[in-house]
Amino acid sequence: MNALQIVLLLLALGFVVLYARSPRNPKLALAYLRWVALGIAAILVLAPFVWLIAAVFKDRAVLNEYVFFPPPSEWSEKTVNLGNLRRLFAGDDTVQGKVFFWQYVINSLFFASAITILQLTFCSLAGYALAKYDFVGKRPLMVFMLGSMMVPPVLLFPPLYEMMVKLDLIDTYHGLILPSMVGAYGIFLFRQAMISIPKEMLDAGRIDGCSEFGIYLRLVMPLVRPMSAAFCLVTFLGQWNSFFGPSIFLQTQSKLTLPVILNLYIGFYQTEYGVFLAGTLLAIIPPAILFFALEKEFISGLASGAVKG
Amino acid sequence: MTHGIEEQVRPAKAAPEIEQPRRRRPNLAPYAFLAPYLVVTGVFVAYPLVHAAVLAFHQTNGPASRAFVGLDNFRYLLTDPVFHKALWNTTVFALFSLFLQLPLSMALALLLNTSKGRMKSIFRLVLFSPNLVGQIFVGILFSVLFTPRYGLINRFVHALVGWGLEERWLGNPSLVMPAIVITSLWLWVGFNMIYFLAALQSVDKSLEEAARVDGANRFQVFWHVTLPSIRHVVVFVVVTSLIGSYQLFELPLALMPDSYGRGPDDAGLTVITYLYDVGFTSGDLGLGSAVGWLLAVIIFGLSLLQIKVARVAED
Repeated sequence: MNALQIVLLLLALGFVVLYARSPRNPKLALAYLRWVALGIAAILVLAPFVWLIAAVFKDRAVLNEYVFFPPPSEWSEKTVNLGNLRRLFAGDDTVQGKVFFWQYVINSLFFASAITILQLTFCSLAGYALAKYDFVGKRPLMVFMLGSMMVPPVLLFPPLYEMMVKLDLIDTYHGLILPSMVGAYGIFLFRQAMISIPKEMLDAGRIDGCSEFGIYLRLVMPLVRPMSAAFCLVTFLGQWNSFFGPSIFLQTQSKLTLPVILNLYIGFYQTEYGVFLAGTLLAIIPPAILFFALEKEFISGLASGAVKG
Repeated sequence: MTHGIEEQVRPAKAAPEIEQPRRRRPNLAPYAFLAPYLVVTGVFVAYPLVHAAVLAFHQTNGPASRAFVGLDNFRYLLTDPVFHKALWNTTVFALFSLFLQLPLSMALALLLNTSKGRMKSIFRLVLFSPNLVGQIFVGILFSVLFTPRYGLINRFVHALVGWGLEERWLGNPSLVMPAIVITSLWLWVGFNMIYFLAALQSVDKSLEEAARVDGANRFQVFWHVTLPSIRHVVVFVVVTSLIGSYQLFELPLALMPDSYGRGPDDAGLTVITYLYDVGFTSGDLGLGSAVGWLLAVIIFGLSLLQIKVARVAED
């Protein structure tokens, strides 16, 4: 018997006791069971995060000695320090000279932000056109867009790769950003959010002398601000974490993004996994900050997509 | 200052102009607003799509040279045991998602649905949090958690059932798929739970009450009342997670970087890993495109299935 088994046994015993006290009306016992099950699920989800943080700050020598952190009595500069982070930021020697870890963070930030800003602009513009105008060719266009959403992105990569080689855009950010700067999914999201804006309001803007673009910018966009925030978050997260495109289009080490370089680090630092885990921890932080800032919009946006759709 | 005076005068002057009909010609604004999308999608989606169909009938050696081979690429895939293995592994993974991951997501959603307030949003946030972490980062993290003797999962399983402390999950062909499934459960259970939870909240409580008064037990209420009333969301989640499962690639790649995600005995090889391998590592973009088209057909079939099932569910 070890500690884990004893704890589980005690939890099970708690249920039996509660149930035995009132078998006719097991409300309390069932509530207990529900919270225990949810608690276990939450612990299972959080344990790898805690373990990751511990592994980053533990010294190499004691990495495997403790499951998580060392007990407070053995807590010292020798067991808990910033050694892994220091090594991570010491820089890599490459053919193009020294590359520092900051470079990859900046690359990822730039790549994800650029696509987010472009997507926000172009998806909302196109979504507005589909939501509030009638024009020739609207129906076939929407059918095409729905169809294009069924295409697995990976099918496009072989021809895109060939195209980028011919256009000499391999190993550039242009080649990576251009194909992803607008997409059918985002356009439909914005169309859905804008379709309920009353037409009278837009006409009022027209009578006041607003241009069509002015109406979009000054009247429509402020109204869909919560949706825009959720959209930016989802887009940024997706691009920050994206791997396939950057891994085939980028070649020079100083241009790589975090997912690509960290995947390579597993090979570089085989036995010292504290180092690439430190990089992984840092790569998780920016999306986490964004998420906690926008949590409500995000979860409700995610859920409304399913219920309405 | 003069500017300010001009602005004060202008409204009186401008007013009559507005009375005139401003436009008789068709409004060009929507076309202008759609132009960026049309250009980007034409160049980077529609053209590559057609080009992928052309490439699928060629053998290429990198982007520079190619030769027409007719249906040979598809014939090769039909007979290649490695591709069969990839298709098999991916299907097994999809079945695990369907019959293990989704029921777990539903169970958690049901557990959370009856609770209220702060605790609920905290649990929802915790269970969802792995989705913030990219698949590559999750793979990197779990590749270490599965370390023999010291890995957290090895230690946990050993403490729980007394087995597997020294087990090399990612080096043992029969344990590779379970390892991928465990990782994907950690990552995606909370994600689908959000959808189920949102749907459960819209279920009419009086229907469930009525069934309970009529003597149905908890399971019967769920099976005959709750589940049918959220069937649209269930169909949506089932199909999107099947489509997602067929595109599994990054998790095995980061879990087993030494073999580029193939694992021992190709036990972790997926359809996209195969595509990546033949198309970009070996440089045959033609064969890669053929694999891409087969995958597109599978996904297209699943999407059609969703539309069909959704129509049946409507009635």
